[in-house]
Amino acid sequence: MEKAGKLSGWEAQRDKRSEVSAPERPKGGMDMAQTFEEISAADFFYRNRDIAGFTNPSRAIFVAVRELVENSLDAAESHRLPPDVYVRLSYEGEASAETQIYKLRVEDNGIGVPPRHIPSAFGQILFGSKYKLKQQRGTFGLGGKMAILYGQITTHQPATIISSTGISKTYMYKLMIDIQRNRPVILDRKVLINKEMWRGTVVEFALEGDYFRAMPKILDYLKQTAMVNPYANLTFVDPKGRLYKFTRVTKDMPVPPKETKPHPYGVDVELLQRLIQITPYRNMLDFLKNHFHRVGAITAQKFLEFSDISPSKNPRKLTHEEIVRLMHMLKRFKEFLPPDASCLSPLGEDLLKTGISKELKPEFVAVHQRKPATYAGHPFIIEIGIAYGGEVPSRGAFIVYRFANRIPLLYDEANDVSLRVISAMNWRRYHATPEMPIAILVHICSTKVPYKTVGKEFIADRPEVRREMANGLRDVARQLQLFLSRREHVDRERKRLGVFSKYLPKIAQFSTQLACKEKIPDIEKLLASVRKYGTEEAQD
Amino acid sequence: MERKKHRISVSERKKEVLAGLETLGSKIYDQLDKAIFPSIDMPSRSTDNIMYDEKLRQFILGGRRVRRSARNISHLKPFTQLVWAALFSNELSSQRKTSTLRDVYYSAQAYEMTFKDQQESNNIITDLETVLGLSREDFNIFPEERSAVFGDLTIEYTVPGYEGKTLDLTSHPDGVLIGPALTSSEFVKTSADKVIAIEKGGLFTRFIEENVHKKHNAVLVCTAGQAPRATRHFIRRLNEELNLPVFIFTDGDPWGMHIAMVIISGSANAAHLRELNTPDAKWSGVWATDIVDYKLPTDPLDDVDMKRLYELQKDPRYKDPLWRREIKTFMKIKRKAEQEAFSRYGLTYIVDEYLPNKLEETK
Repeated sequence: MEKAGKLSGWEAQRDKRSEVSAPERPKGGMDMAQTFEEISAADFFYRNRDIAGFTNPSRAIFVAVRELVENSLDAAESHRLPPDVYVRLSYEGEASAETQIYKLRVEDNGIGVPPRHIPSAFGQILFGSKYKLKQQRGTFGLGGKMAILYGQITTHQPATIISSTGISKTYMYKLMIDIQRNRPVILDRKVLINKEMWRGTVVEFALEGDYFRAMPKILDYLKQTAMVNPYANLTFVDPKGRLYKFTRVTKDMPVPPKETKPHPYGVDVELLQRLIQITPYRNMLDFLKNHFHRVGAITAQKFLEFSDISPSKNPRKLTHEEIVRLMHMLKRFKEFLPPDASCLSPLGEDLLKTGISKELKPEFVAVHQRKPATYAGHPFIIEIGIAYGGEVPSRGAFIVYRFANRIPLLYDEANDVSLRVISAMNWRRYHATPEMPIAILVHICSTKVPYKTVGKEFIADRPEVRREMANGLRDVARQLQLFLSRREHVDRERKRLGVFSKYLPKIAQFSTQLACKEKIPDIEKLLASVRKYGTEEAQD
Repeated sequence: MERKKHRISVSERKKEVLAGLETLGSKIYDQLDKAIFPSIDMPSRSTDNIMYDEKLRQFILGGRRVRRSARNISHLKPFTQLVWAALFSNELSSQRKTSTLRDVYYSAQAYEMTFKDQQESNNIITDLETVLGLSREDFNIFPEERSAVFGDLTIEYTVPGYEGKTLDLTSHPDGVLIGPALTSSEFVKTSADKVIAIEKGGLFTRFIEENVHKKHNAVLVCTAGQAPRATRHFIRRLNEELNLPVFIFTDGDPWGMHIAMVIISGSANAAHLRELNTPDAKWSGVWATDIVDYKLPTDPLDDVDMKRLYELQKDPRYKDPLWRREIKTFMKIKRKAEQEAFSRYGLTYIVDEYLPNKLEETK
């Protein structure tokens, strides 16, 4: 996968796929493809575009923006370049009574796509790979291409791709997708001189949508994206020409995730079959040792004894029943080490704090990153942030921002496990009430985010996830409590001092007049003692 | 001779007031000067420290004392208000001006002293009374006046601009308001041999019209409901300085009965003060037994009236047989009558028949 590393987010998709299916022709390679062998991948998604989120005109335009922005962020981040992403939606004309045609343009400063890969990267729908695992942004891994496909379906116009890897030439393609054959159709191709050695990718295509209904979600999405990407510049120009700018405040970026092999607890039959298809190893011992995370020779041997499988058995000779049994045995064996979290890329406490401070401008912010944990063999990390006061509004309920692999989750909030964990917490213990201006940020990163439904908008109620969230929330709640009680104390002290410095001089003045004295007694000592008394208390 | 005695007491009292205020000021000043948080001790006015003194025949405060300290943040504001009130009283007394409780509330604002409401400023004045053991009238703060006096009594004013001027209290047919000028005046001469205090203004006017003051040789006082402190003190002076017996006529209900009792034995609210009561004064009517004996037109006692009777029954001031008998009778007949009820026998019946009978009965 070294090669993938040099490519943009777009290209990585394609490249991974080629490794998986190289030994075999697409036919029969995967269960899904077998079921739909009569139609192309593009055709399959054309017919099932709801799965990818293109359910209605307003949702479609939101998803298109989101997918392209995520790809652009990935393209820059994979090489630790602070991303600059520019998004423009412009009005092209009426489509129907409720929908309009818009042109969507997304520019980034990512690594760029080598010209030979451009057509397939943007004009061919491909299945993603699960052969290697790492935390990825894209919810489906093909959302960008789906957006282009959706645009083509609704407007019959080609997409324009301009990209350069920072060399002296820039390449421009005009493409359409041949849906039945799942092939890019190149309508135009230009090579331009790139004097400034510009690097990046521009994608532009027309699509049908309902921007004005999607607008709040798009703006929420950008704001929340800026919150967890404080090192990115996001610019958005909407169809009315309004400019929204989210400026980076740091160039620090999180450590990118490493790719890992699947963990034995997390495999399913499909994955086993695919591994068996491609494995170059001819005995079970080597097969286990080389294809699974945290499985070495000794562990593999122990497992084979445990499951009563001959170490010399050729994995390719396993029957379907034996594969099913193998999967069950893998889950049952207790001695596999838990997965490590190097494949995860959490934001980290510093960046989280920076992002929250930048977008919410609170009076107080506390963050906490949990140690890596696992559910069903999948590693995950929970990060929690809490913001109080400042520009955080009080709405009579906590404001909750949810993120999965740094993607804002904007729909189905009520069903999300984080909401349940938050409402189950005894906030009074932490001196917090829903009337307070409090925003809570919950970020889960995992190689396999436990989404509840295909819509991938909310996190399922897994006990392991729930526990981590609850512990993380308790930690930030404690920090908030400390802040609140400190502030309350400081306020009280200030008020106390205020009362003394208001009344003592008056007592001095009145008693001087009453006692018929000339000189007003010096009360500075008394005030100082009040002050000193106050600071002692504050240190308690 | 009596006249002289009082003049001394008036001017001495003034001196005492000014000295008390200055002492208070010096005490606070000295503490501040030594960089000590000033504090003031005073008798506690909480209900468990109020007790009835059989000898004085009034409520007094017990031995428990409270300390107001400027170190305690919750005392700080009332403490400052108290010192301000002392200063304000000092200015009033030395400039020989008078003021009302309402005035105090507003005057404070000129010193950037704020009182939350009238009640708060009233409480502070009561504190000052407690600290000094003097009543607010002594430091020239008077309540709104509404009671009046009429009769053959000549007084001599002591207020600025009127010093030495005398007034015959029969000179105005509506009576003379018992205000600051009257309460600070000296008694010069009288031919009266008794005082009749009347609860209601209407009856007071009837008595004047019917020449009760002449027929019965009486000074008439209208208390206008519950007698203000200045009026209570004035009645006491009439009784003490002029040796006039005092007869009180109120409505025939628990409330009227209590108006008489407060004139006689004082109130718990004024337990920190002396010389507001007239222990030898008599309640002459309207009694519950009068309602029966005179067959007066009545109204039924309502729940509030009955509740009040039960309270009075437990009150230490009501232990004399007469009072106990009347409370019991009220409870038995469950009726009440106003003074005006005598009008059923003609407008002058009360003056010609009832009054002489009762004066005789309670002599």
